[in-house]
Amino acid sequence: MTDTFKLNIDGQDIEVPKHYTLMQACEAAGAEIPRFCYHERLSVAGNCRMCLVEWEGAPKPIASCAQTVGDMRPNRDGSAPNVRTKGDYVQKARNGVMEFLLINHPLDCPICDQGGECDLQDQAMAYGRGGSRYDENKRAVEDKNMGPLVKTIMTRCIQCTRCIRFAAEVAGVEEIGMISRGENAEITTYLEQSLTSELSGNVIDLCPVGALTSKPYAFNARPWELRKTSSIDVMDAMGAAIRVDAKGDGVMRILPETNEEVNEEWLSDKSRFVWDGLARQRLDKPYMRVGGKLVPTTWGEAFAAAQTALSAPADKIGVVAGDLIEVEQAKAALDLFRALGVQNTDCRPAGAAYGTDGVRERYILNPTLMGVEEADALLLIGTNPRVEAAVWNARIRKSWLWGDLKVGMIGEAADLTYDYDHLGAGGDALANVGSSDFFKVLKDAKRPMIVVGEGALCRADGEAILSAALKLAQDVGAVADGWAGFGVLHNAAGRVGALDAGFVPGDSGKATGSILGGGMETVVLLGADESDLSGLGDATVIYVGSHGDAGAARADIILPCATYTEMDATYVNTEGRVQMTARAVQPKGEAREGWAIFRALSQVMGKTLPYDTADALRAILRGAEGESTVFAGHGFAPGAGSVSALQADVTGAGGAIKADAFAAVIDDFYLTNPIARASKTMAECSALTTALDTPVAAE
Amino acid sequence: MLQDKDRIFTNLYGLHSPGLEAAQKRGAWHLTREMLALGPDWICDQIKASGLRGRGGAGFPTGLKWTFMPKEVRERPHYLVVNADESEPGTCKDREIMRHDPHLLIEGCMVASRAMRAHKCYVYLRGEYIAERHAMEAAIKEAYEAKLIGQNNVNGWDFDIYVHHGAGAYICGEETALLESLEGKKGQPRMKPPFPANAGLYGCPTTVNNVESIAVAPTILRRGAEWFAGFGRPNNAGTKLFCVSGHVNKPCNVEEEMSISFRDLIDTHCGGIRGGWDNLKAVIPGGSSVPMVPADQIMDAYMDFDTLRDLKSGLGTAAVIVMDKDTDLIKAIARLAYFYKHESCGQCTPCREGTGWMWRVMERMVKGEAEHDEIDTLLDVTKQVEGHTICALGDAAAWPIQGLIRHFRPEIEARINEYRLPRAMVQGAVIAAE
Repeated sequence: MTDTFKLNIDGQDIEVPKHYTLMQACEAAGAEIPRFCYHERLSVAGNCRMCLVEWEGAPKPIASCAQTVGDMRPNRDGSAPNVRTKGDYVQKARNGVMEFLLINHPLDCPICDQGGECDLQDQAMAYGRGGSRYDENKRAVEDKNMGPLVKTIMTRCIQCTRCIRFAAEVAGVEEIGMISRGENAEITTYLEQSLTSELSGNVIDLCPVGALTSKPYAFNARPWELRKTSSIDVMDAMGAAIRVDAKGDGVMRILPETNEEVNEEWLSDKSRFVWDGLARQRLDKPYMRVGGKLVPTTWGEAFAAAQTALSAPADKIGVVAGDLIEVEQAKAALDLFRALGVQNTDCRPAGAAYGTDGVRERYILNPTLMGVEEADALLLIGTNPRVEAAVWNARIRKSWLWGDLKVGMIGEAADLTYDYDHLGAGGDALANVGSSDFFKVLKDAKRPMIVVGEGALCRADGEAILSAALKLAQDVGAVADGWAGFGVLHNAAGRVGALDAGFVPGDSGKATGSILGGGMETVVLLGADESDLSGLGDATVIYVGSHGDAGAARADIILPCATYTEMDATYVNTEGRVQMTARAVQPKGEAREGWAIFRALSQVMGKTLPYDTADALRAILRGAEGESTVFAGHGFAPGAGSVSALQADVTGAGGAIKADAFAAVIDDFYLTNPIARASKTMAECSALTTALDTPVAAE
Repeated sequence: MLQDKDRIFTNLYGLHSPGLEAAQKRGAWHLTREMLALGPDWICDQIKASGLRGRGGAGFPTGLKWTFMPKEVRERPHYLVVNADESEPGTCKDREIMRHDPHLLIEGCMVASRAMRAHKCYVYLRGEYIAERHAMEAAIKEAYEAKLIGQNNVNGWDFDIYVHHGAGAYICGEETALLESLEGKKGQPRMKPPFPANAGLYGCPTTVNNVESIAVAPTILRRGAEWFAGFGRPNNAGTKLFCVSGHVNKPCNVEEEMSISFRDLIDTHCGGIRGGWDNLKAVIPGGSSVPMVPADQIMDAYMDFDTLRDLKSGLGTAAVIVMDKDTDLIKAIARLAYFYKHESCGQCTPCREGTGWMWRVMERMVKGEAEHDEIDTLLDVTKQVEGHTICALGDAAAWPIQGLIRHFRPEIEARINEYRLPRAMVQGAVIAAE
């Protein structure tokens, strides 16, 4: 039995795999098939009827999205079945469907936010009639409340059910559905509330018409007047591919782009809707604290003050990098402070001890994000991927739902949208994992995967936990030829890049906890807003960052910095993938790119750094020709290459493990960084979820 | 005319008890064990040889359908599902079977289950069928108590039967929507393929049959395929329950030979047409879904699948709706259009949007408040719905209107003229000669 099937499409002979749908086969033959309900990443619904094609001999036109090629029969004489995607018969069938879709669709394209990027509009050009034959009253459908992110104009809905299928299959929340029947059928969230999902914004992209649009973006811009820039998201450590749409000097919206290996084509709500935070609370000029108040100043005066502060003894200076730091800034800052003799530099949260042994494989996600689709068992230790890497969580769900992935979890129990074995909450569960049922699952699995999160690493016994987890991985055969099933899931976009740049304490240097714990004369914060700053005492604080947040509030000198949409900057995601953002708009006011601030400061300090451009800096990062650095080439060495590094014996390394429960790293998904905290949209989302979590008295 | 000795449903009118004892006296459960012992292939062969065609409307050969089930049971169990969601307007035959001859149905379920190697059978009852549910449940209880069915029963084939009550949606009579509903989901048709015989109830091999198709099976096996095949013209074998309603003197349900002529059917059982044969205007011969046939074509036509298909109509469920010359045909069809608009599930575009459109235009045509060219538009819309939907409800909504326009277009035109004429004068408008 062969796996392929011969077809004749529009007179052209073609052979395609048997599992192909007729639509895929037609596309392979170069024919364009219109569709509304069909979507590659969702189950087949077959309800829009737009993809009808002619199968010679069939009594009716065939919905090509739902017809598996392998189920088709050859002609009576044994020749390949003839399929036609063009011609009067097909055109008439599709025209009919298009007419039905349009009779109750409002003619409000001029005020519809989907206008210009609307599937219905586009396909009506090819299949629509010049005028309407429908003289009856049009149907109107009441709009539904879907929360602060998704605006609904349900009269425009064509009931394709993509949003329903997305919610149920990808997001894992069955909170959208169709009620009533016939022409009264309505898509609704039942309870008139936003989806309890971190991925709800994706329904906007999926909606082929203007029924579900972006609420924050409503009436802000038309698609054709936007400048589109492909870039990288920094709201979590995944580095999702995004497109930043800007008008003038403002970011108007952020959309996902397809990166099969990272985010497929989804984007988390935080990444999608954070853009209003890019314009609020911005540090757009340098500030200095004068008489207890921050007053605007000039770069020159700010640098002069910084010079004074940095003439403190080198061991009394500490530098802490925050979650959003880009590699260029980390490199320039590190170069400068090492030149000044400062060893107290760190990019990790207080208490974390990973990343100092020089083994890169011990702090990245070796099996890769996409690897979870190949894995058949997954153990999550001290991480909640639903909030730490929402889009990856959808991929875990996909592998669990359609594949045979089994998931175990050690840490705080949470709704991950898939079933998992809860092995326990803390270190004791990890220590005793060998006696659990899930150990057998891992042991029997062909490709087990063990992922440690910062919840388990950012504590005193973090190193012991990392070693124990790696030991477990070695024991269950997760680190074997061709499969490096052990990794760390970070939740900060800048962390891996900064670690790769070596932004850890130098010789006998202090780590974040000690730097922020007092005893420093000068502390430099590189956008470090997530750490506890209360112990700084009377140290002089230089804050380099983009937003007025915790760090700026404590700062004595503020050096304003560009954000990820305002510069070309390198980020390394949690799997070690080196990627770059792109400048979509100019930096706000007098803000400068991070590396440039330190280049300028280095001159003031008399330790001029050896690069005048970001490219020159990146050339140094890449290393000499033929040298194999992280940043050379694509700098991405997934999976198999890392195996040997993970096979070193770690028995008993790092000391004892405490039994305490692993703390949740993220309290509030919507407010994890200064940009998100400046966003009004994120604040609304946060308020809604907090309200949901707060018990209310029975009414 | 069918003789009493050849009737399958001997208690159709409820003159006798529906109970087990009485049913056994009438022949039910006779030789069941022996029939089952002859095995699935024999049963399927007999049903095939009898020429029985599905009684639910489509007329697909029942024996052939049974052979589509996998030849051996693998990890997935087989199911028989009986479609008792009798919602087609005009149809009321299954109702009588379940009320008065439930044991024939239960025995049929067992025989059919044996033929398709199923041990479980679900009877999906129409939501409004309360009395029928009681009757079925009582009969099933009797059968269990007599150990005719159940585990280790006297008939030698483990067999359980469950009655499931629908919630009153016409679309749940479509076999895949029925399966969805039976699984507890919203009743919306599935796409085919896969067909139920491959992946049906809970993804297992399933056959969905109409009540009448199942209920006649044991009698066919008892009396022989030749006996059943002896009625009717070739390819239209057997006896059939006709549900005659409308403008006849005595509307009734009656079991008759297939291919009986329409005139015989009406004269023999229904006391003739109200006002005589000259008063006959049109007939919908197979339930509301099939196009109507005008009087002159139907009068002497054979009532069977092939003849009515040649008349561009169909036997459907054999629910014969007779309309005399007092009938406002346009209004009648408008009412049917409303029915289909109301019952469309809303899943796929042409039916969801088209049924409402067709109904609204029909409502205006009832009054004559339309343009002449709208008749063509309406016909075009029915063609755009027909054949473009997931299930057959789209076709069912389109055909009655097509039948009306095909045969009675002048009547619609006259109605439009009638509506326009006085209005033009009342307004005192001078209409330029066109």
